Amino acid sequence: MLLKSDKIIPVIFLLFFAILLPLGYSTGLVSINSISLWGRYFCFAIAALGIDLIWGYTGIMSMCQAIFFCLGGYGIGMYLTLQTDSAATFLPDFMSWNNLTELPFFWTPFQHFLPTLLLGLLIPAAAAFIIGYFIFRSRIKGVYMAIITQALALSVYLLFLRNETNMGGTNGLTNFKTLLGFDLSEPSVKLGLYMVSLATLAGVYQICRHIVGSKFGKVLLAIRDSESRVGYTAYRVLHYKLTIFIIAAVIGAIAGMLYVPQTGIITPGRMDVKASVEMLMWVALGGRGHLKGAILGAISVNCLYSICTSVFPEGWLFILGVLYVLTVLYFDKGFLGLFEKLAIRVGFKPRKTETAPYPKSIIIK
Amino acid sequence: MMDMLLTVKDLSVSFGGLQALNLQNFSLAPRELRVIIGPNGAGKSTFMDLLCGKTKADRGTVVFDGQSILGKTEIEIAELGIGRKFQKPSIFPSLSVYDNMLLATKMKKSVLTSLFFKMDSATDDKIHDTASRVGLHDVLNKCAGELSHGQKQWLEIAIVVLQDPKLMLIDEPAAGMSDRETEKTGELLLELSKRHGVIVIEHDMHFVKQIAKQTVTVLVNGKLLTEGTFEEVKNDQRVIDSYLGRAHSERIKATI
Repeated sequence: MLLKSDKIIPVIFLLFFAILLPLGYSTGLVSINSISLWGRYFCFAIAALGIDLIWGYTGIMSMCQAIFFCLGGYGIGMYLTLQTDSAATFLPDFMSWNNLTELPFFWTPFQHFLPTLLLGLLIPAAAAFIIGYFIFRSRIKGVYMAIITQALALSVYLLFLRNETNMGGTNGLTNFKTLLGFDLSEPSVKLGLYMVSLATLAGVYQICRHIVGSKFGKVLLAIRDSESRVGYTAYRVLHYKLTIFIIAAVIGAIAGMLYVPQTGIITPGRMDVKASVEMLMWVALGGRGHLKGAILGAISVNCLYSICTSVFPEGWLFILGVLYVLTVLYFDKGFLGLFEKLAIRVGFKPRKTETAPYPKSIIIK
Repeated sequence: MMDMLLTVKDLSVSFGGLQALNLQNFSLAPRELRVIIGPNGAGKSTFMDLLCGKTKADRGTVVFDGQSILGKTEIEIAELGIGRKFQKPSIFPSLSVYDNMLLATKMKKSVLTSLFFKMDSATDDKIHDTASRVGLHDVLNKCAGELSHGQKQWLEIAIVVLQDPKLMLIDEPAAGMSDRETEKTGELLLELSKRHGVIVIEHDMHFVKQIAKQTVTVLVNGKLLTEGTFEEVKNDQRVIDSYLGRAHSERIKATI
């Protein structure tokens, strides 16, 4: 019963979004814009999974995850920009305004799709390695980790804001036309991107489940519980933290790469400190330490955002703040914990959820 | 002379000008159970902290199993084969008792081996076996954070045992245990000392009497006061003074 209900929710989720929603679109009940909106929610959900791994499971409060999201996003954005402008003019507009005569060297690999894909994942991974190596080697933890990563997020944001960085400055990269020859304004392409996002979300979820369920995942929880004990038990804590930090960064980058073609714009605003904090909030509100919680949080908060900003545009941050305070005060396990409590009260689920029994019978001497 | 498992010379460390430990000579044979006693602040736990890499020494040499370990990280020291049980139980409260033990079990502990680790029956047997030795076989599926204090103590001992170290550093294992549990712990430690070197810090004299079949080391004010059998140490006037002297003077203070 319990095992079943554990699988039922993802299956219902997939059935609904992979079949019912596209069906709704083809019958004209659902607009292509809302399909595209959901596609973007899935990207956020993917990023949230990465944050849950690093924060929910390992207990490392990294406040620079939006950087990795944007590094992936900018990667694909550069490719899309070059797709557009290589036909019309020689250089992207903002470069001409910067009086450049030729493409900066770091833009050249992004003329082709495959190098873009590779670099879009490798650059965030390398950045995470360098950041993580120095932070974790110095055994920086807790509040200090949060402060340092926040400062880092701010500095990268400022770097991308500069026109001299040649990444489009405040305006970012936009006006994308085609991706691999597909017209991005075409509804069928939007639907395709939506499906790719959903499939990626499902795939990343499965990989995360494997990670969390493996012995590696248990070491992560152990690091969260008592890092020193993990060290005295002869685990190289640095390697573990670094690995999960890089995995989380790459997951974030994947999300960013899927997000940008669907929104049609990437600006430094996506990677300011607030963006990273908001990403943490998705996970906190959804229920950290649970993969489903991360997905639930990312999707529900962003849904709420879309609704609130159209109904009372000024009130969004207040609503988010109140929700956050309520979560911290009354349901520390987030929405997921709240649902579980409700399910127990209704009698849908047994009260005590014990961990699955271990295969072998217990030897008593 | 027999090859020593652990040889310590001239080991010292100070905290803020206060010399916490200044140990001239200390050595432990393989498969020896050594009990260290001494009043509060004698430097017993500090000594263990230095041995397992938690605290850095100011000077001195520590040779373990033919290698100098001073200056190594706690992970390198653990890999060489020193396991530590802390005074305050240090376990993984959100993992099950079984998983606590699984993580401790001696095996390759790199990231990749953990990612693709497959449970095998030998490991499973070893965990079940150890669990029944420390009396935790009934609570294997329980969350470790829900255990009683005594059970947590045992779980931590099990964690150290499963690491299969050459040297075990056991800090106050009997604290918070009933007499019956304490006795069982003593039996376990004696059994362990047949295969491992064991250093135990303890205050409970009944317990010390039970396990001190070999040498007892007495530390006072960070220095070695004396070493000998339990009987010798118990009857040594300096040892009595260092323990009772304080109580006497406190009693005198109280009467004034």
